[in-house]
Amino acid sequence: MRLAGFYLFALGVALLPILFPDNYFVIVVGASAGLHVILAVGLNLLMGYAGQISLGHAAFFGMGAYASAILTTRFGWPSLLALAAGLLATGALAWLFARPILRLRGHYLAMATLGFGVIVHVILVQATQWTGGPDGLSGIPALNLLGWRVDGDEQWYGVIMAAMLLVVWLTLNLVDSQVGRALRAVHGSEFAAQMMGVDTGRAKTQVFVISALFAAFAGSLFAHQQAFVSPDSFNLTVSVELVTMVVLGGLASTFGAVCGAIALTLLQQGLVVFEDYEMLIHGALLMAVMIFMPQGLFVGLSQAARRVRHRLKRRQPLPST
Amino acid sequence: MPELLLQFLVTGITVGSLYALVGLGFALIYNASDVVNFAQGEFVMLGAMTAIALLNAGMPLLLAAIIATSLTVLVGLLLERFAIEPAAGASVVTTIIITIGAAIFLRGVALLLWGKDFHALPPFSGEAPIRLGGATVLPQSLWVLGVTVALVLLVRVFLNRTLLGKALLACSFNRTAAQAVGINVKAMLRLAYGLSAGLGALAGILIAPITFSSYEAGVMLGLKGFSAAIVGGIGNPMGAVAGGLLLGVLEALGAGLVSSGYKDAIAFLFVLMVLFFEPTGLFGHKAAERV
Amino acid sequence: MKASWWKTFLVSTLLWAGVNLAQAADPIKIGSFLTVTGPASFLGDPELKTLQMYVEEINAKGGVKGRKIELIHYDTGGDAKDAVSFVKRLIKSDKVDLLIGGTTTGDTMAVVPDVEKEGIPFISLAGAVEIIEPVKKWAFKTPHTDRMAAAKIFTDLRKRGLSKIALITGDGGFDKSGRTQILKLAPEYGMTLVADESYGNKDTDMTAQLAKIRAAGAEAIINFGLGQAPAIVTKNIKQLGITLPVYQSHGVASKTFIDLAGDAAEGIRLPAAALVVAEQLPDTDPQKPVLLAYKTKYEAKHGPVSTFGGHAYDGLLIAVAALERAGSADKTKVRDAIEQTKGLIGTAGVFNMTPEDHMGLNVDAFKLLEVHNGAWRIVE
Repeated sequence: MRLAGFYLFALGVALLPILFPDNYFVIVVGASAGLHVILAVGLNLLMGYAGQISLGHAAFFGMGAYASAILTTRFGWPSLLALAAGLLATGALAWLFARPILRLRGHYLAMATLGFGVIVHVILVQATQWTGGPDGLSGIPALNLLGWRVDGDEQWYGVIMAAMLLVVWLTLNLVDSQVGRALRAVHGSEFAAQMMGVDTGRAKTQVFVISALFAAFAGSLFAHQQAFVSPDSFNLTVSVELVTMVVLGGLASTFGAVCGAIALTLLQQGLVVFEDYEMLIHGALLMAVMIFMPQGLFVGLSQAARRVRHRLKRRQPLPST
Repeated sequence: MPELLLQFLVTGITVGSLYALVGLGFALIYNASDVVNFAQGEFVMLGAMTAIALLNAGMPLLLAAIIATSLTVLVGLLLERFAIEPAAGASVVTTIIITIGAAIFLRGVALLLWGKDFHALPPFSGEAPIRLGGATVLPQSLWVLGVTVALVLLVRVFLNRTLLGKALLACSFNRTAAQAVGINVKAMLRLAYGLSAGLGALAGILIAPITFSSYEAGVMLGLKGFSAAIVGGIGNPMGAVAGGLLLGVLEALGAGLVSSGYKDAIAFLFVLMVLFFEPTGLFGHKAAERV
Repeated sequence: MKASWWKTFLVSTLLWAGVNLAQAADPIKIGSFLTVTGPASFLGDPELKTLQMYVEEINAKGGVKGRKIELIHYDTGGDAKDAVSFVKRLIKSDKVDLLIGGTTTGDTMAVVPDVEKEGIPFISLAGAVEIIEPVKKWAFKTPHTDRMAAAKIFTDLRKRGLSKIALITGDGGFDKSGRTQILKLAPEYGMTLVADESYGNKDTDMTAQLAKIRAAGAEAIINFGLGQAPAIVTKNIKQLGITLPVYQSHGVASKTFIDLAGDAAEGIRLPAAALVVAEQLPDTDPQKPVLLAYKTKYEAKHGPVSTFGGHAYDGLLIAVAALERAGSADKTKVRDAIEQTKGLIGTAGVFNMTPEDHMGLNVDAFKLLEVHNGAWRIVE
């Protein structure tokens, strides 16, 4: 029963392309939302459960993407091996940075992660001989899954959704495990958690590495799906968008992050039609949601639904039709 | 070589003054409300763009500057009233998203009002460079420097010598206690936002003849101002000023001596290093964590 | 019974006719994705305005072969990821017949894989030579390449007897690609690079880099960049008291640049399309009427022209001519017709495409301009 919501979600994901075959908003936007979900769910582990803000998460996303892009195009590595190498490198770097960065608190942590993100972005732009510079790298070969070449938008929808469901399932289990409980203790009061014998530094490092790994994983998929990477897909704006997804959906709720990621992806697609007014509306919406639903859309809307249900129940008895 | 170094220093101090003013705005607002206002850079942009628009409409520069600053102060007050006050008590991340939302919103307004073009303000007193040893300085740089020093001194005197300023500082240390001794915390909050917006607008007007302005000009400045405030220890106004100057000089030296492409990376690497060794900035007070 | 049979016949005939009519009047859909916001908005904005203005005009005149044109546009904000997603949306969801867009080289190169896979004619408005070299079956472009700009600058330098050059470029795609071409061509023209500096496109001060250039002993400075940064470079050069000849790229060929840089812009030279100096062309120049017509129309509605809007005009012109020659919106036929574009006079020059050359301009299409008394004038 614990995973009922998950199965429902998986069913929806599988049914959508059957109900709306060859539909851009399902296949292409859906795949893009799927990648965002992987990123947001990972970031939510760090922000929602461990209470550590990160304004540089796009850097890990970019490292995964560029690892795959560079290793496959310049060195001819098989795509799965490149993906694994990307995960390994990103994980190692995250582990190295975790201790000094996570010692910081609040806005200082925000600054440090932001700075980290900017530095990685500058390197992607400047190290032209490796990264192709601001114009990026093109010609990334198709993802090869043990002989199956993933090509075409429908196949990508399948692969990204499968990856996304795997990540969500892993996360749901992780949150319920001992690590998850340690994390929540850290979020509540780090000092108290230490008193209770939780190795808070270790717990924070673990979750930092895990969320970096999720991001790098999404990055590798992204690179193969687009067959092209450029630094602007991994800049500060993207980091801020990811934080927005997590907060918009509702912190410390995996499905909140899922909701936030999907909502923001759809919002971006929807707002395009407003052209010059897009920015204005985007900003106003962000402010409004955060002011009126500081707990996020998922919690905010489900509370509202509960209130309505409550009121309906009290009014009683509704005529049966 | 010494001539080059002098030139880098001149450049660094000019740019650094700007960062200092923006950083000062961050610090004042943080002091009063524990909020890092990511729309601070947009105040800079609004000040510059409004002044340019008024000037183009035929207004004399001084009047345009005064009106532009007042309008930006008004925007700051509105932001406080309608976006920050209703979200009182929200978490750090929530307020960050709110102010980022406000920044995007203000950018959107500027886009609709003034389009996407870059606009310039004419320099206040000519463009003939002044020789300074082996280096050259623009008269406008002297304006930037002079006004920044004046503003920083004014803010310092205000905070340390006047009752209102002391009340503002008191809020930053302990809001409940401040309330208890009869300080109108809400009014202090508005004061901080108005003051920060005004400082930002002035910075924008000062720098517009050198760097031009457009609806997006506030983004990078906001970031650098935030870095300045953090390096100085957030909530320490004079620390933010020192942080801004330090960052500006470092960037200029980095661009001149190491690599211009990696200039931003060098600046942020410096910020990271500071934080790794001094987790609360160079001049931050080390507050005990509440359990 | 009989009546109902008649009714059915009548209704179905009408329906059939209706469907046919609808098909005939079905608009031709042109998809466009431009950088209308973001750092390259000063390129994308006039491009979009131009497309909208001329699509309206074409439709008012009855469209192409009796079919109206429908323009569907998305703003990429300069993010290649969005460009890819919008091109998919244009192809799959909006089902457009051809694509005009890709303000920046980054956006263009990002969508090329999809364009080639789906097989849809695509006219790019971006500069870099890599878009058409090697030739891509479905991709064309209208602006001059950065290699032509570099060649034009070097030719003029040689004429003036200057050979030691200092280069300063931004960190954008246009800048870096231009830098590559300059480095590549320099030896051919006997140029030696004594300094090679760069800046961030959002930077507000380049004096540190220029102070180094001042100390490097160059005879001329070349700045390859877009937007406000070259104007800041220009101002900074004057501020540092540097009096060397300065060359800019075609990326700043607009009145805005002169306005921003002010007095410091005097004497600066750059290669650009003839559009900004249309009035100064001799009356015998076949391009003159085309340029003046576009300029008058654009300026009546939107203010000073830039060459960038001209690229969009050229793209639309090529597309419409190809649609008319192809006689339908069939993708393969339109592509072939674009490739056969011959002697078409646009704002950038005269287009002569071939299967090997998907741009079709030669270096003569560039004019060398100089800023004189706050306006452009032709040097040659």
